[in-house]
Parts: sequence; C-alpha cells; structure tokens
Amino acid sequence: MLIKFPRASDSSESEVTPESLYLSRRSLLGASMAGLAIAGLPAWARAAEASRYADVEAGSPPAWFTEKLPGVRWQAVNVQGEAITPFKDATHYNNFYEFGTDKGDPAENAGSLPTSPWTVVIDGEVGKPGRYALEDFMKPYQLEERIYRLRCVEAWSMVIPWLGFPLSALLKAVEPTSRAKYIRFETLQDPKHMPGQRSGFALIDWPYVEGLRMDEAMNPLAILAVGMYGRELPNQNGAPLRLVVPWKYGFKSVKSIVRISLVAEQPQTTWQKIAPDEYGFYANVNPTVDHPRWTQARERRLPSGLFSPNVRETQMFNGYAEEVASLYTGLDLRKNY
Amino acid sequence: MRYPLFRLSIFVLAAVWPLLWLYQAWIFALGPDPGKVLVDRLGLGGLIFLLITLGMTPLQRMTGWAGWIVVRRQLGLWCFAYIALHLCAYLFFILGLDWGQLTVELRKRPYIIVGVLGFLGLLALAVTSNRYSQRRLGARWKRLHKLAYVILGLGLLHFLWIVRADLKEWSVYAVIGVALLLTRVPAILQRLPRFAGRKSGSVTKV
Ligand code: HEM
Repeated sequence: MLIKFPRASDSSESEVTPESLYLSRRSLLGASMAGLAIAGLPAWARAAEASRYADVEAGSPPAWFTEKLPGVRWQAVNVQGEAITPFKDATHYNNFYEFGTDKGDPAENAGSLPTSPWTVVIDGEVGKPGRYALEDFMKPYQLEERIYRLRCVEAWSMVIPWLGFPLSALLKAVEPTSRAKYIRFETLQDPKHMPGQRSGFALIDWPYVEGLRMDEAMNPLAILAVGMYGRELPNQNGAPLRLVVPWKYGFKSVKSIVRISLVAEQPQTTWQKIAPDEYGFYANVNPTVDHPRWTQARERRLPSGLFSPNVRETQMFNGYAEEVASLYTGLDLRKNY
Repeated sequence: MRYPLFRLSIFVLAAVWPLLWLYQAWIFALGPDPGKVLVDRLGLGGLIFLLITLGMTPLQRMTGWAGWIVVRRQLGLWCFAYIALHLCAYLFFILGLDWGQLTVELRKRPYIIVGVLGFLGLLALAVTSNRYSQRRLGARWKRLHKLAYVILGLGLLHFLWIVRADLKEWSVYAVIGVALLLTRVPAILQRLPRFAGRKSGSVTKV
C-alpha cells in the first residue's frame, strides 16, 4: 500500500504550524492550572528568556552546544498542518525504561544522570574506530532542526522539533569497511543513576541495544539528535545523544548512546529479544500490521483531551513513505515487521 | 444495620477515588493521555478491591471482629463498579466507541478476552449479591461465589499479559493474591494466628 504524498517533509517557512494554534491550547491549559503550575516552577524557569517555543524549561547546555546554536538551520524539515506537541508533554510523558516503567518516571528520575563528560565509542567494521569525548565527536557537524512525527508502538503519537545532524554524515566520516552491513547502537548502562536497571524483575537484558540496516541509516531522514525545542536534550529524552528515525516506532530511536558499532550481521535488538512475535527488527510504522495486543491502524495524538480523544489514522511509514518506501521494495513487511 | 459508620466510611473512601481522578482529568492534571491513565487506574483499583474483598474472611478469622464480614459485600460491589468503569473507559478512550474494532479485539487479543471473562464473572457475582439470590441459591450460592478466586486468577493473567518490561509491580499483586488463596486451604486457615478473639462485636475501634 503505497500512497503518493507531496514531499511532505520539505517545507518552506510559510508552512510552519502557526504558533498560535498550539499556544491556544496551552493558554486553556494554563488558565485552569496556572496557580498550581507557576507555584511549582523553580525561579530560573519563570525568569527564562523568551524561547522559540512556548513554556520551554531552560536547561544548562554544555559550551559546545551553545556555540552551535547560532548556526542552526531552523525548520530544515517540518510537518504540515499538525501542531507541535507542548514541551511539557513531550518531556513528561515518555518511555525510557532505564528510569522506570511509568510514563512519568523518566522525568522524575533522570535528572541526576551525569551527561557531561560523555564518551562515545565507534568500533566494528570501520576504518576509523575511536573513543570520543562528545564535544569532539560533535565538532564537524552543523545542527539542523527536524520537526518529525513520533509514533510509539503503543499507539500514541506526538510531533517533536529535534536538533541534530544526519546519521549519514557520521557514517561517511568513520569510513565503513565493505563488511559493514548493519549499524548497532548501545545505550549507557549505569545502574547507579538508572533505577530501572537496578530492578531485579526487569525483563530487559541491559544495556539497551538497537540497530539499523546500513541503507536505512544512510537515509537522509535518520538523524542523531542532541537537542529538542531549541535547547539541548533533557535527560529524560535521551541526553546527550540519541537516534531519531521517524518512520519507525519510537523504541527504535535509541537514547543516551555510548557506543556505535558497524557490524556484518543483523544485531539482536532489545525488544526483539524479549518478544520476537511482538517487536521485529524493522519496526516500521505500518497501519496494516497489528501488534498482537492492539491495532496499529490508529493512534492517539497527544495531548488528547478527556472528551476529545484525538484519535487519528496511522499513516504508512508514519507519513514518510515517499522518502523511505524504496528501502523496502521486495521485502514482505508482514513477515519483516 | 450494624457498624453504620464503618460501612459509610468504606463507601466514601471507595467513591472518592474515581471522582478525584475525573476531576484531575478535567483540570488536565493527568498528563497528555488522560484516557489511558483512567483505564489503568480503574483496572488497578478494581484489582485492589478484589484483593481487599478476599482479605475480609481471613481478617475476621484472625481478629474475631464481625465488622469485616459486614463490609465484604460492599467491597466486592466496588470491585465490580471499578471494573465496569474500567470497561467503559476502555470503550470510550481506547476504542473511541468503534464497535467494529471491538469485535476484532474480542477475537484477536487474549488479554482482552481474559479481561471480559473476568468482567462477566464479576457481573454474575454482582447480580447474585442480594439476599433474595442468597436464599434462592442456598448452598449453591457459596459455591458460585468461590468464583471470586477464578476472577482473581483471570485479572492477574490479564495484568501479566500487559506487562512489558518489569514484573515488579505485578509480582506484588500476584504474591498477595496467592497468599489470600492459601488462607482458604483448611489446614492453613486453622493455623492462622488469632488476635483478640474475645467477644465478637465488641467495641473495636476502626
Ligand atoms: C471488561 C473487560 C476488560 C477490558 C476490556 C480491559 C481492558 C484493559 C486495557 C485496555 C488495559 C490497558 C492495557 C495496556 O496498558 O496496554 C487494562 C489494564 C488493566 N486491567 Fe483491564 N480490562 C478488563 C477487565 C479487567 C478485570 C476483570 C481486571 C481485574 C480484576 C482488570 C484489571 C486490569 C489491571 C490491573 C490493568 C493494569 C493497569 C496498569 O497497568 O496499571 N481488567 N485493561
């Protein structure tokens, strides 16, 4: 089922979601909770300078990040006619099982994770393996803003403005050998700061592992992100370095990356290992292939109101079919889910 | 009516939670996906009421206080009420009242099938919870209401199939459930410690 979309992800400045559209809901929200919310905010957040997006909590960005901000290509990729999810929702409702299994756990528990200094290891089938301090690792890359839909395998979705650079740029720089067929990512393992990794009942075999086929990784939509909403990544969203592959279910976009390996064999990924009949290696967003426990044909676009559930049809490849469908010609997506 | 205050406080305590959650959802305090939060809280609330209900008989045996038995039926009906709301919230928020999809879910999803069986069991217990049914069914009533343990098993299985990454929370409920089941084994029931088995209906404070 391939539908031709207009090249949905290229857009000009004029097509950007009007901020008022998204502000209006915030003000409604704000009116009802104003007292509570403002009283609960630390002083620095209240005093924060006006940022590009409403209600963004100011972070404490590392120097290398601040230096890159003036050169950012804003809205390099956008979605049309869909409101950006409020910052508060994108940062306080997400899965990051290293910090607990509730949607609010990451925001609650990730604060103490040290993200600087941070080291990234590049190894495997590459001409230039190495261990890099994050600021050196980031040096060659200009940041772009990519506003992408995010579709969780649990059938909810958001629209998030990421800051990052194409994964393909990194791959070119590290010079993959001819044996490199897949790319494997590993999340930090740090039980001291990650309570989920301390649980004796966890079904996950830490560290979290994800992977892409080489041609998927080279697709221009695949990025490594270091920021969102015009600031550095909050810890709970995968600071300081994460993958974003918008045509796949959210769990493919691995967070807090410490190791990137180029490999010859398809890596066994975390969710595939726990429940191979529920989560495949590809995990492309596909409304025609259900999860065994729920339908993938529709999604709840968050925030959803109590009396306006905001349920919408899920699009093939999350609406990025034009850019990525050719990667999968000849592949049976029912079997390779 | 005996123990009117005790009964009333249980009633108020049980009724307050769904109202509070609804209010929280109303003022956007349940986060961006309030419908899902309501489904989860009501499901978990129902399971907790089921466990509490099943705890009343052993508590009465251990303390000798008759009040526990007096509120048992009310607690069981609260379990039913929470699960009925859980079902409504699921139909409204998760399915968006798409009845066609419901038949698909009922055919394809084991955890939904098990949940519905649990709900039908609770429904059977709720409609036979009155005096009239008790009298009519006689000895069969007791056997019928042993179904509560089957429903507990179904509820725990339903919950187990939802767990994605960590079994800790589920294990806590499962352990409590198994412990309650064990108290019904006669040999264990007789060995339960007895506290304060003096006069029944004494002036115990609650
Ligand atoms: C009427 C049939 C039922 C339906 C359609 C139903 C549906 C659901 C759904 C959709 C969820 C959320 C699943 C998810 O997180 O993906 C859920 C969670 C749950 N349900 Fe049910 N359910 C039913 C009956 C029951 C019964 C009989 C019990 C217990 C006695 C129960 C206890 C729970 C519990 C404990 C949860 C987990 C809540 C949490 O994650 O914190 N449900 N149910």
